Amino acid sequence: MALITSQLSRRVDGVPYLDNVSCRLERGGFYVVVGPTLSGKTSLLRALAGLDLPDTGAITLDGRDQRKVPVWKRSVSMVYQQFINYPHLSVFDNIAFPLRRRGMGAEEVDRKVRQAAQRVALMPLLDRMPAALSGGQQQRMALARSLAKDDDLLLLDEPLVNLDYKLREQLREEFLSLFAKQDRAIMVYATTEPNEALLFDAEVLVMHEGRLLQSGPAREVYARPANVEVARIFSDPPMNLMQGILHGDEIRIGHAMRLSRPRHFDSLPNGNYTFGIHPGDLAMHGGGIAMQVDLAEINGSETCLHASRDSVNLVLLLAGVHGYVPGDRVEIAIDGFRLFAFAADGKLAVAPSTNQG
Amino acid sequence: MTTLYRLLKYAAILLWSAFVLAPFMWALSTSFKTSNGVTGGPTYLPWLQYEPSLEGWRSLFRADGSGIDIAGPYGSSVAVTLCASAISLVLGTLAAYGLSRFTYRAGFIRNADITFFFISQRIMPPVVLAIPFFLMLQAFGLLDSEVGLIVVYIALLMPIAVWVMVDFFNNIPRELDETAMLDGCNPFETFWRVILPNSKPGLVVAGLFCIIFGWSDFFFAFTLTFTNTQLLPVAVVALNSSVTPWWSLSAAALISVAPLIAVALVLERYLSRGNLAGAIK
Repeated sequence: MALITSQLSRRVDGVPYLDNVSCRLERGGFYVVVGPTLSGKTSLLRALAGLDLPDTGAITLDGRDQRKVPVWKRSVSMVYQQFINYPHLSVFDNIAFPLRRRGMGAEEVDRKVRQAAQRVALMPLLDRMPAALSGGQQQRMALARSLAKDDDLLLLDEPLVNLDYKLREQLREEFLSLFAKQDRAIMVYATTEPNEALLFDAEVLVMHEGRLLQSGPAREVYARPANVEVARIFSDPPMNLMQGILHGDEIRIGHAMRLSRPRHFDSLPNGNYTFGIHPGDLAMHGGGIAMQVDLAEINGSETCLHASRDSVNLVLLLAGVHGYVPGDRVEIAIDGFRLFAFAADGKLAVAPSTNQG
Repeated sequence: MTTLYRLLKYAAILLWSAFVLAPFMWALSTSFKTSNGVTGGPTYLPWLQYEPSLEGWRSLFRADGSGIDIAGPYGSSVAVTLCASAISLVLGTLAAYGLSRFTYRAGFIRNADITFFFISQRIMPPVVLAIPFFLMLQAFGLLDSEVGLIVVYIALLMPIAVWVMVDFFNNIPRELDETAMLDGCNPFETFWRVILPNSKPGLVVAGLFCIIFGWSDFFFAFTLTFTNTQLLPVAVVALNSSVTPWWSLSAAALISVAPLIAVALVLERYLSRGNLAGAIK
């Protein structure tokens, strides 16, 4: 039993919002749609919800065509990036609204509302009006309304973007426990952050410019991105990509960089490739390639270092806070065993073995 | 610094209030004057500067040639304005919701064209419409009747309601409608249960505009009625004779404007749109 889309396409004023998207979402599954802004994540969610009709393609739920089913007769809920609630109703009535629309009895409504409010820690606020709540509280109310509904399909469109750090952590855990508890609903979560998908350890769908580039378990997509675009999108900071030549025993990148051919490239024919390496797999130590620091960003307890030499730009993710300033000279070691190679058409040729990591 | 700012602020408000209120005070004092009081130079204080008289007010409730009976036209004006405003508000709000939320296509005509079509009704000078309205009402036997005036006023007031409400609905995020539909509301229930309860500020503004324009219209009330039906603005003009009765006119003007002031005072608290904005974003 599953929600299946086949060859969904939707264009608005000539711009492809969805381009031939086919995917299969199993009941009980947790799916994370990852892609940059305008990649079609929201368009896909809206099509799944029935809010937008695709120009072509089909959507079926458990084998039944969904196109003819009006939105209000579907079992779908959606949490938007911006907090959407009914301004004229109290928190309690907001959460109760969809339940009452279904004709649920007062006692059951009361029980379900309190249960949902409990899960997102809104119990003390049930009598408040939305205008008297903070942004985080409003988003929790929207989430509680979706939870109480118990729908077949729960769509979450970047629900944590407008929340503060602590609340995001807390709600992420709530999503995970929510997912663990159910085996009937399909949860689809859209985000721009690949790290969020890795954290959830869910099935991911990587989108770019309306196309579905790759789908599969998050770790697998991270370990074996199907092509250069996925490698760039499904890594934060994006994977370092360098044009180079594999020739005999060495890899030539730019004029000065030479690496010896790693063992996992043994079966790769000589030629032009795009070589990639995750920012976390680069290290700094003596004997590496001399480069110049362009920028050092401190992000939490990590330092994101941008360095360059000739036309090669690299981004390093270093644990700890480091005091580099632009212009500093550093030596960067590229571990050949961590290299990806992408063929001229962008497709993955060889990925590093995962057991080494 | 802040003291000076407050001082200047209150001075400005005081000045503006005086500017706005002065005509009303003038009319009020004039309504209690007699012929002598009006022509004897500028005077403001009753008993001290002029002898007050109730003649101006009495003349409004006398139908013997020396005055008018204002009660009849007053009732007609209230009935016509309220009926026309209510119908305009209902139809205009429904039309505006449709124009704001659904896409219409009729040949080259799009939503924006339809909205403009409504508003364009108000761009034409009323004189252009006088003869067509006259002929249409004649054809339906509605000349010189309250029903006829209500029909004409709906044509004049609905565009205002559409205009105000389209703008208001456009400022309500569509996601609110979508959430309502996902929560099980069909399009009509979405409008009725979610959008309308959150539209009070817009409805108040639109209703107020309808009432003000309907209440103060003279042109159509004058051209489309003869003897059976008379609205307030036309009745007030009938006060005029060879000697302009300033005292009666002042009293009539104050009586005419009173309901608008009352409506504005009651609805004022709805006019701030802030109480909606905070809840959605």
